[in-house]
Amino acid sequence: MSPEKLADAYRLMKTIREFEERMRSEYQQGKLPGFIHIYRNQEAIAVAACLDMTNEDYIASTHRGHGHCIAKGCEIEAMLLELACKEDGLCNGKGGSMHIADMSKGMLGANAIVGGGPPIAAGAALTAKTLGNGAISMAFIGDGASDQGTVAESLNLAVVLQLPMIFMYENNRYAEFTKSPKPDGRIAERAGAFGMPAEVIDGSDFFAMYDACQRAITRGREGGGPTAIEAVCNRYYGHFEGDAQAYRDQDELAQERAVSDPIPRFLADPRAAALTPEKVAEIDAAIMAEIDRGFDVTYAAADPTPDKLYTDVYIQYEGRLR
Amino acid sequence: MKMSIREAINQTLHQEMERDERVIVLGEDVASDQGGVYGITDGLPAKFGLHRVIDTPITESAIVGAAGGAALTGLRPVAELMFVDFLGVCLDQILNQIAKFRYMFGGQARTPVVIRTMIGAGTGTGPQHSQILYPLLAAIPGIKVVTPANAADAKGLLTTAIRDDDPVIFCEHKALYMDECEVPEGEYLLPFGQARTAVEGSDITIVGMSRTAVIAEEAASALSQQGVNAEVLDLRTLSPLDEGAVLESLAKTGRVVVVDEANPYCSMASEIAGLVVERGFDLLDAPVKRVTSPHTPVPATPCLEAEYVPNVERVIAAVQETLDY
Ligand SMILES: Cc1ncc(C[n+]2csc(CCOP(=O)(O)OP(=O)(O)O)c2C)c(N)n1
Ligand SMILES: [Mg+2]
Repeated sequence: MSPEKLADAYRLMKTIREFEERMRSEYQQGKLPGFIHIYRNQEAIAVAACLDMTNEDYIASTHRGHGHCIAKGCEIEAMLLELACKEDGLCNGKGGSMHIADMSKGMLGANAIVGGGPPIAAGAALTAKTLGNGAISMAFIGDGASDQGTVAESLNLAVVLQLPMIFMYENNRYAEFTKSPKPDGRIAERAGAFGMPAEVIDGSDFFAMYDACQRAITRGREGGGPTAIEAVCNRYYGHFEGDAQAYRDQDELAQERAVSDPIPRFLADPRAAALTPEKVAEIDAAIMAEIDRGFDVTYAAADPTPDKLYTDVYIQYEGRLR
Repeated sequence: MKMSIREAINQTLHQEMERDERVIVLGEDVASDQGGVYGITDGLPAKFGLHRVIDTPITESAIVGAAGGAALTGLRPVAELMFVDFLGVCLDQILNQIAKFRYMFGGQARTPVVIRTMIGAGTGTGPQHSQILYPLLAAIPGIKVVTPANAADAKGLLTTAIRDDDPVIFCEHKALYMDECEVPEGEYLLPFGQARTAVEGSDITIVGMSRTAVIAEEAASALSQQGVNAEVLDLRTLSPLDEGAVLESLAKTGRVVVVDEANPYCSMASEIAGLVVERGFDLLDAPVKRVTSPHTPVPATPCLEAEYVPNVERVIAAVQETLDY
């Protein structure tokens, strides 16, 4: 991996980490609306998945989507404006955390409907296949979401149509307050049964994730059809911010937290040796400055004016909206 | 005893599960330690066991469909569709299956299923977690639609719903869960199709349902300060609909404002307006007025969401306009 790419990978993972920690603390102070779902300790998955994508490639995200946005190249400031529901946000403040999208980056939306994303990603893959432009499409799917009928239908469609698509499962072993009853690997097994290569990867091992994603992306771009990856990881915080995870065994949680942090593991890997401590410090400082700046801009920004309630329902409409 | 809607629903589930062992509860996280997202199913697993309080995978089609199938074959399931917005995932099972068994099987079928679901805006959770959708459900022949506005009604109507042999969709407004009122002890049933006169009055009738019944009451109390005696009618069930109560109140007041959180087209407000014009035309002293949400999705933006939902001010303005006609 080139030093530039290495630095990018680190910068993106660390940006997600700091972004989410800051989101959390601002949310706890009551400064942000809605529900937010924090992505901590899953950073390596989004970053490895999107590092070799361009703006022409697509992702469909989930309710836990901030990390996917950052990895896909969404601007921090525009994201923050959206998460605070401000007029200049990515979706003019109308989507918020669970519906944030950036079409210019091929980011087809977070999704508040569990299992809503995969059919959309399959459609984007169909566009790429039809246009023959070599683009690929990826759906992020939680372990809980993996049971939805929409996911099974998309797996089947992707195989039948040989779509350039990747099913990126993030198995953090929890869906809301319920521990996954499935053993690790079961999700990949199920996807594989539809007739596509399916791998189980340690989701906190950035390099393993990156290699698997490269294989899947190359396959998709070359017309080899869909791939599934089950990234095994840990949900560090509660389901949404404010959920104290009282239902989890606290010793087990502490243990999982310690072993599942992808960032120190990345830095300690010999393959990251080209990233010097000085470079890391420089990247860190830039990240903190960017996030600080983003929040300053966000809190000074205007709320949408009331007339904005009625914009963008349609592109053109001859009827009455109120 | 004074309790919240949340507690009243929880108590009713306890009572009905105790009374009839064919009653089961199923849904996402319903058997978790905290009793689901709002604690509605709290204490049920410990008391009735995990064979009757069933945590399901995140698969709404299968949850709702299996509840329907189990009802068809002898159980009395109470399924939870966490947010009514997820109707999008499982509509076939409701629309083409559960609602039609009785009719298309020539009266052979009984489908005593209850689908409890959360409705409404006001929590800043945006377009896919804030919809009302009950007019869509009320338009389907074969299912009944219930929309309680207070804890006592929630208990009485849920008890009836669970004992009813037809499919019932029980809509819980998430902004009302903590609202408290006096709730009758012990067994308490309320018949479907009977509206509640929440406030008696003679100048104008304000019709509401679920949260808009509460908003209508607040508006009536503000209006009484201005010397206006508004009558507030809470529909309680949308299907069956208590048409008689609306017309009786109209006969008394001659004026009707309907407040409905649904989008305006094909809303309950439109339904009531149609009823009033068709069957109460001679009783009207002014055109019927509808106060609804606009024909837009629910924005995540808190300031726009506040603009979206009907509020007391808009109801009062509509009442004034109707009185000034
Ligand atoms: C169709 C639908 N059903 C249920 C929900 C409620 N819900 C939101 S997130 C979630 C759990 C999802 O778990 P998982 O897919 O593992 O993702 P994670 O939260 O672990 O990232 C549930 C049940 C929803 N938003 N949409
Ligand atoms: Mg999960």
